Amino acid sequence: MSVSLVESSHIVVPVLVPERSFRNDLRAIKIVWHRDIIRFWRDKPRIVASLIQPILYLFVLGSGLSSMIPAGRGVPLRTFLFPGVISMSVLFTCFFSAGSLVWDREFGFMREMLVAPVRRGAIVAGKCLGGATAGVLQGALLIAIGGLVGIPYDPVLIATLLAELLLLSFALTAFGVLVAVRIKGMQSFMAIMQMLLMPLFFLSGALFPLNGLPGWLTVLTRLDPLTYAVDPMRRAVFERLAIPTAGVTWGGAAVPVPVELGIVAAMSIVALTVATAQFSKAD
Amino acid sequence: MIAPAIELARHTAVPAVRVRGLSKRYGDLEAVRGIDLDVHSGETFGFLGPNGAGKSTTINILCTLTPPTAGTAQVAGHDVVLERDEVRRHLGLVFQDTTLDDYLSAEQNLRFHAELYGLPKTIVPERLRTVLEMVGLWDRRLSLVGTFSGGMKRRLEIARGLLHSPRVLFLDEPTVGLDPQTRSSIWGYIRELKKSEAITIFLTTHYMDEAEYCDRIAIMDAGRIVVLDTPEALKQSVGKDVVQIRTADDDAAMEALGRVFHVAPVRRDGVVSFDVAEGERFVPRLFAELGVPIRSVSVARPSLDDVFISFTGSTIRDAEASTADKMRAHPFVRRTRT
Repeated sequence: MSVSLVESSHIVVPVLVPERSFRNDLRAIKIVWHRDIIRFWRDKPRIVASLIQPILYLFVLGSGLSSMIPAGRGVPLRTFLFPGVISMSVLFTCFFSAGSLVWDREFGFMREMLVAPVRRGAIVAGKCLGGATAGVLQGALLIAIGGLVGIPYDPVLIATLLAELLLLSFALTAFGVLVAVRIKGMQSFMAIMQMLLMPLFFLSGALFPLNGLPGWLTVLTRLDPLTYAVDPMRRAVFERLAIPTAGVTWGGAAVPVPVELGIVAAMSIVALTVATAQFSKAD
Repeated sequence: MIAPAIELARHTAVPAVRVRGLSKRYGDLEAVRGIDLDVHSGETFGFLGPNGAGKSTTINILCTLTPPTAGTAQVAGHDVVLERDEVRRHLGLVFQDTTLDDYLSAEQNLRFHAELYGLPKTIVPERLRTVLEMVGLWDRRLSLVGTFSGGMKRRLEIARGLLHSPRVLFLDEPTVGLDPQTRSSIWGYIRELKKSEAITIFLTTHYMDEAEYCDRIAIMDAGRIVVLDTPEALKQSVGKDVVQIRTADDDAAMEALGRVFHVAPVRRDGVVSFDVAEGERFVPRLFAELGVPIRSVSVARPSLDDVFISFTGSTIRDAEASTADKMRAHPFVRRTRT
């Protein structure tokens, strides 16, 4: 140890930043994810607030509209709405999560990430996983109250729903990040999100069955990626309750669940790839 | 042993920063107009100039955040365009605006940094403690950063910038907006850093008194480096020292000054003043050879403010005001940032 180091009041141990490696990219993904989880968990009011909207849809809208349907016929409306309402709740949570990228840009923290010796893709992936986790936690809270609208607490059903929620949340956050990457201000992010969220939600079959619709509407609903996330969850619920359901059809033929989930997975990979490319270009 | 590596870094022939013909153009606005610059390893280098002079753009290029339009720049021997990751591994950054996460604790902010830079897990706790103790925030490590004052945040950012032992630490206006006490404590850390780590410090500042602490300074104006030298040399280049004396007999003193020392004194309000090179060395001779009793003497050196005026034609504050005027005249020219 050289004399100058010993003499100074603070002995500073130098470290060497290692070369960029896959392992370090994984560490970067993990810490970006971890930060999001810490922030999500600290923000309890946000968690509570985001539960209010789905509960309104489920109990107020669900109960109100139920009175229009003669008792004893078909599926209870609230049970029908449940998968759609979970999707909606996750939709908002994930987009909000992705929006934190815009906050980070506004409040400067983005620079801390941009000058680090890590792949931009690692930051994007960490963000998507963070949003996905937040989405699943949000969904899990709703599943916990699912018993009130006739959703059985069956481990297999819950596991299926959570797995499908994870995929959906990841895809939605990736899509949100894709939008957030190029946007400089929170105001415009919110505006654009509103513009995108509502059509995605209304066309997804979250609120009504997708069969027997007018031709133009049928086409639009089939183009909405969210359709292929809501339907598998609804099928899982109906299957458990032994209620027959046709699910989403293409030209009369039912789309198998693996294909639906494949579409959602493919969408998320596309969104993630484009978002990473945009983010790497953004500076 | 780590020491040889430090010695190597300190004496390496590779300059910490090497810039050749660097330019940056935003549309019609030429923010940086072909600058050359060498910063030696281990020195504290001050980068002065009014807002809009191109300092921030230059720093952004050196930190790999903005690609240059022309020219090359190397940091720690690595090209900022071709070897971005190598450069990023070797530099620490403290920006003008805070880049901390208010919703995390001080320690969590540092851990985020350690993970992002892939520091070996075994040394992180020790390193964390070292940098936090250095800036006096060890006791507050568990507090949320949102509860910190501006000075504490700046200190935490400096700690974070040092966490990964960068070869070059960039400080963009490290003391702007801070009270004098915090300013001086931050300068205390910077001086201590020079002693304890093999680090090159590249800083921008508005405060001319702070520029005095630098080994060398460059003054940038309108996208060009107008002068680069040590503060001493710069002050000497501007003019001589002003010596003021009070004597028992001003007439005799004036006569003697002209005859013995060949200077042209001026008398005003009972004070005789004259210009002389290296005033401090002149004073002993003055007492020995003037032959008139001297009651008091003062030597004033040209300040860096004088240097700034002589090279840019205005004080740093006037220069800023005129930049602001130009900005107002062209409402479409906005400050570009990443």
